[in-house]
Amino acid sequence: MSGGVDSSVAAALVARSGAEAVGVSMQLYDQREGAGGQGFGSCCTLDDLHDARRVARRLGIPHYIMNFERQFEEQVIADFVSEYGQARTPLPCARCNSDLKFSTLLDRARGLGATAIATGHYARVDRDAATGAFRLRRGRDEGKDQSYFLFSLTQAQLAAARFPVGELTKPEVRAQARELDLHVADKRDSHEICFVPDGDYAAFVERRSPRAASPGEVTDANGRVLGRHAGIHRFTVGQRKGLGLSSREPLYVLRVEPDTRQVVVGPAAALDRTACAVREVNWIAGEPPAGPVHAHVQIRHRHPAAPAVVTPLEHRCARVEFAQPQRAIAPGQAAVFYQSDVVLGGGWIQ
Amino acid sequence: MLRSLRGMRIYLDHNATTPPHPEVVEAVARAMTDLVGNPSSVHEFGQTARAALDQARAEVAALIGGAPAEVVFTAGGTEANNFAIRGAAAAAEGSERTEIVTTTIEHESVLNTVRALGRRNWTMTLLPVDESGIVEPSALERVISNRSALVSVMHANNEIGTMQPLEALSRIAHAHGALMHTDAVQSAGKVPVAVHDLGVDLLSMSGHKFYGPKGTGALWIRRGTRLGPLLTGGRQERNRRAGTENLPGLVGLGVAAALAARRIEAETARLSALRDALEEGILRQVPGTAVNGARTPRVPNTCNISFERIEAESLLIALDLEGIAVSTGSACSSGTLEPSHVLTAMGLGPARAQSSLRFSLGAGNTQAHIDRVFEVLPSAVEKLRRLAPAAVAG
Repeated sequence: MSGGVDSSVAAALVARSGAEAVGVSMQLYDQREGAGGQGFGSCCTLDDLHDARRVARRLGIPHYIMNFERQFEEQVIADFVSEYGQARTPLPCARCNSDLKFSTLLDRARGLGATAIATGHYARVDRDAATGAFRLRRGRDEGKDQSYFLFSLTQAQLAAARFPVGELTKPEVRAQARELDLHVADKRDSHEICFVPDGDYAAFVERRSPRAASPGEVTDANGRVLGRHAGIHRFTVGQRKGLGLSSREPLYVLRVEPDTRQVVVGPAAALDRTACAVREVNWIAGEPPAGPVHAHVQIRHRHPAAPAVVTPLEHRCARVEFAQPQRAIAPGQAAVFYQSDVVLGGGWIQ
Repeated sequence: MLRSLRGMRIYLDHNATTPPHPEVVEAVARAMTDLVGNPSSVHEFGQTARAALDQARAEVAALIGGAPAEVVFTAGGTEANNFAIRGAAAAAEGSERTEIVTTTIEHESVLNTVRALGRRNWTMTLLPVDESGIVEPSALERVISNRSALVSVMHANNEIGTMQPLEALSRIAHAHGALMHTDAVQSAGKVPVAVHDLGVDLLSMSGHKFYGPKGTGALWIRRGTRLGPLLTGGRQERNRRAGTENLPGLVGLGVAAALAARRIEAETARLSALRDALEEGILRQVPGTAVNGARTPRVPNTCNISFERIEAESLLIALDLEGIAVSTGSACSSGTLEPSHVLTAMGLGPARAQSSLRFSLGAGNTQAHIDRVFEVLPSAVEKLRRLAPAAVAG
């Protein structure tokens, strides 16, 4: 329970289903550390914790704050910082889901006798009629769907996952909250990565890894030096702002070279790619398909999944070939494979 | 899970707070109805209120063997500690004495107050404790000097219950001309406390730790002790604590003090037998357990036990879901990752400190409650060890 409306309504729906519900908020980091000042750390802020507590009280369920600062640091933040250092654009929410929420938190919950954990994600889990395997599907609200961040859940994790708001649209969730008289009904959505509330990822990475701020060259595709930059962690493929260059046509980051600390820029057209390699692929059904499959592949959170052929390879890798070129495929983000609204699987873009 | 919603709830967290005694509740309610005057007023309304306040003061003084005129009412233990430390510092200002000596295991209301003064020209000296949580008088002997203004050492520790050798510490402080303060929040009302035997100059106590109302407390100030005021304003509490008194609360505090004084002997014997049964039972029935802190001298209601390979936070929740309320230490520090500063000061590693639970018993507890703990705890520990491998680093 983050204190937001989605997990609050999720908790309400679980409690109303007759299940024995226990509310848990995760304390994930200490906000005093950053630019945040005096704040008490948690998933979000002290106010959010109070909100979660008030909602649990309103629902008549117990509520606890579990401290996962150390695990969050080791499993999510360390990866976030290291990915930027290797010129990739990390996706910490997906790491948090598979490595913390549906792993460490699930273990803790089982230790308390729970059989499942419910979250406020907009996604759905059901079972394949033919095989009985668990399926992960997009949430019913297409605009809010969060299945992209859940692609790395295994069958065992999905078996214990409940997404009660996945069948609802956001307006329906808010209406439910109002109907239940939850004071968070009109609370605004959070958008930033929770542990960088000011959105300044570069400053966060520099605090954690001062070496990241080593300068380098900005070049064009032919290696011609166009300028200098203050650290590769400041750049992501497709980025236009913050290059500090003036040119006739707009320039975009085409790729970042971690070894030479080179940021390569070029015109928008040069951002287009028709294929990408994907590693650490998770096939939701448990096994990779026997051969290439047609799928719609989504390469970032807000990307409209595009038609492609996904070819499973050895060592949990895969190759994705799009029917049409895709702009700004960023290493470190996830490529998630869909057939209609069913997640076949996904992996990390190389 | 959630048996608690149907079954009995067992409260084993009396060091956090105690439920007010029914006679206290009644006295507070009656005071709110009957004692409508301001104790400082001259008229009959005021005189009736004043008489009730005097009565409460006499009862609090009697509980600790002091004189009523030496008792200043406060809004609880934290305020009493602030008053003692800031008041002693204010009185010593401009003198050669610029040091405050305290210990590593004090309550936050002492530690953070001394730290605050430490940022304003005061020297903060922390006495260590041994592995049983006791301050050796020789440790004070080594650091004290004629620059020491105040020595503040708690009487009983809130997390482990161990009691400090205050008589010896007071003698050392006085031999060097320093004032001696004790935070007796966890002992006053629980064990006999006699200010003159302890030899202290200042003693803090809190009403809600012995079945009185929350938000009430007192600082006992030995007659003749110079202390600056904490709150300035009207002339209440002999110019030492301005503001119209919390009369209903303080009447309740007086009743709680009188009740405690009457029952302390019998209750001490009863609770220590119950506590020992709980402690022995846990050590016997749950493998990988150990008691933290000296087992004597200790307040009779407290035990602190570590459970190998257990995240105390999870065990606390598991017990709460079964209707058993315990604590991982100080109520004020829950929700933080930092291992208990008390257990750390005793030399316990973070793994052991983070696997420790405090059980603190009180008036409502019976053998049936202890039996219920034995029913629930061993299997809860077993289950957590099996299903949620502790991620506590060594």
